Amino acid sequence: MNFWRRLAFLVLLLVLGMSLAANWLAPAGYRTQYREAAGAPPSRQHWLGTDEIGRDRLARVLYGTRISLLLAPAAALLSTFMAAFIGGLAGYLGGIWARGAMAITDLFLSLPWLFLLITVRALLPLNVSPLISVLVTFLLLGLLGWTSAARVLSASAGSFRDSDFVRQARASGIPGFRLFWIHVLPNLKPVLYAQFWISIPVFILSEANLGILGLGVAEPMPSWGSLLRELEGLVSVGEEPWKFVPLILLIIVVTSFQLLLSKEEGLPV
Amino acid sequence: MLGRTILRHGLAILVTALIGGFLSATLVRLAPGFDTDEAQLDSRLNGASIEALRQTRIQQNNIFRFYFHSLDRALHGDLGTSLSLQQPVSRLLGDRGPLTLKLVGIGLLLSWTAALALALSAASVQVAAYDIAVTIVTGTLLCLPAAVLALFSVLWNAPGAIAIALVIFPRDFRYTRNLLAKAYSAPHIVTARAKGLGELRILVWHVIPVLGPQLLAVAGVSVSLALGATIPVEALCGLAGVGQLAWQAALARDLPLLVNITILVTLLTLLANSTADVIGHMLRGHAA
Repeated sequence: MNFWRRLAFLVLLLVLGMSLAANWLAPAGYRTQYREAAGAPPSRQHWLGTDEIGRDRLARVLYGTRISLLLAPAAALLSTFMAAFIGGLAGYLGGIWARGAMAITDLFLSLPWLFLLITVRALLPLNVSPLISVLVTFLLLGLLGWTSAARVLSASAGSFRDSDFVRQARASGIPGFRLFWIHVLPNLKPVLYAQFWISIPVFILSEANLGILGLGVAEPMPSWGSLLRELEGLVSVGEEPWKFVPLILLIIVVTSFQLLLSKEEGLPV
Repeated sequence: MLGRTILRHGLAILVTALIGGFLSATLVRLAPGFDTDEAQLDSRLNGASIEALRQTRIQQNNIFRFYFHSLDRALHGDLGTSLSLQQPVSRLLGDRGPLTLKLVGIGLLLSWTAALALALSAASVQVAAYDIAVTIVTGTLLCLPAAVLALFSVLWNAPGAIAIALVIFPRDFRYTRNLLAKAYSAPHIVTARAKGLGELRILVWHVIPVLGPQLLAVAGVSVSLALGATIPVEALCGLAGVGQLAWQAALARDLPLLVNITILVTLLTLLANSTADVIGHMLRGHAA
């Protein structure tokens, strides 16, 4: 692991650690209102000031980071599982299965990502509880984000279909699905890891886009998307620089994931 | 061979339109509230009129019949009526389409001009500091959500097309730079340089013909990215285009409008990718 990847890993650990310690670092919580200090600048009591309805910004940033950093990997895990199952199995089976699965994948891939997300999000009720909105947003990302990974996995699994070890296993009578599960899937691990790490920053950015557009996590639950909506009211960049903290944190986290990814991309695929 | 490629792409677009249309009709048909019609609550209507309205809805219960009915209407230019705006979808798309196409066109032009200029200069200058600086700038842009770029364009009074260009530029630049780096390290280019051929001649005669089809493929993909970026850019910059319409339809859960927009955008994406593929095919044939 080179210096930059080590640094990225440490930064991610630090940010995750701080977000998990939100209960201690910001004991007031993300929804407590200080009405006498609404829209206040940074002070000893509120390090990053308060938002327009008097909620502590630091608390909201920490809790929002926790939500994005825990649920984006969960969504990435779900999409990787789906990609492994759909793409991997289609590639392994080959023939009409592979062609059918890839046709569906191509159909999904030809839909611009944000259009697909908002269309499916619009099918679901928008006026749900904050907790449900968090789950719906990240579940949607996980359920829709498998397509490009499925394509890569299908190609990789296809390359194993006629390999010697698979032929030998088939000749010794191992049933198809068991053969895929025990012999083919473990060989796809490097690709699965890479796809998992690629998906996390994509999902974090997608949630941020949905949140800014008002289609993501519902208030009062914080997320990076809803925190970035505050930038909408800014008149100039230098006016209230502390409002940029969520954006800077987002850039640091996504950059760290991309630096970590440079190692995963180097894995044999 | 070329004819077969065009036919294959044409078929792919047709099949996508038919399948996409069916899925969309299914979504619209199954959406909550489809079975109820606001007109049935109109106290001015008599029993026979309300019964007639109810019968019309019942006829649409069968998804396949509903799909073929929608397809027939679509072939005659009727894409249905927006639930939230109470206007024909085709008119809404016709009014807002030109602005979106203009935004996407200018955004793509700006992005590709900047990406090619920077990638070519990085490849020819080959100074580490320059490469690192460009990598940091494009890396930072890659970490910014499209909606944040749109907010910055509002903050700095920049045109929406620049925000779209900034969404596509880092991806275009990175692909182009990597392709150029690979092309310039090819043995025949190294030999050409060693023999003292001018940089411009190497670029025009040896690099561009090799990279042309690959760059076209990336250009096809960047159309999809640009169309996706129109949602946050138009919504946040207050531009009355198709992206803003899609956002408003999503907030109002106006499915007939939203699915029509999504199908249209999908077809545009497929058309762009197919065109890039066909031209790339022609270039490869010409080079061979």
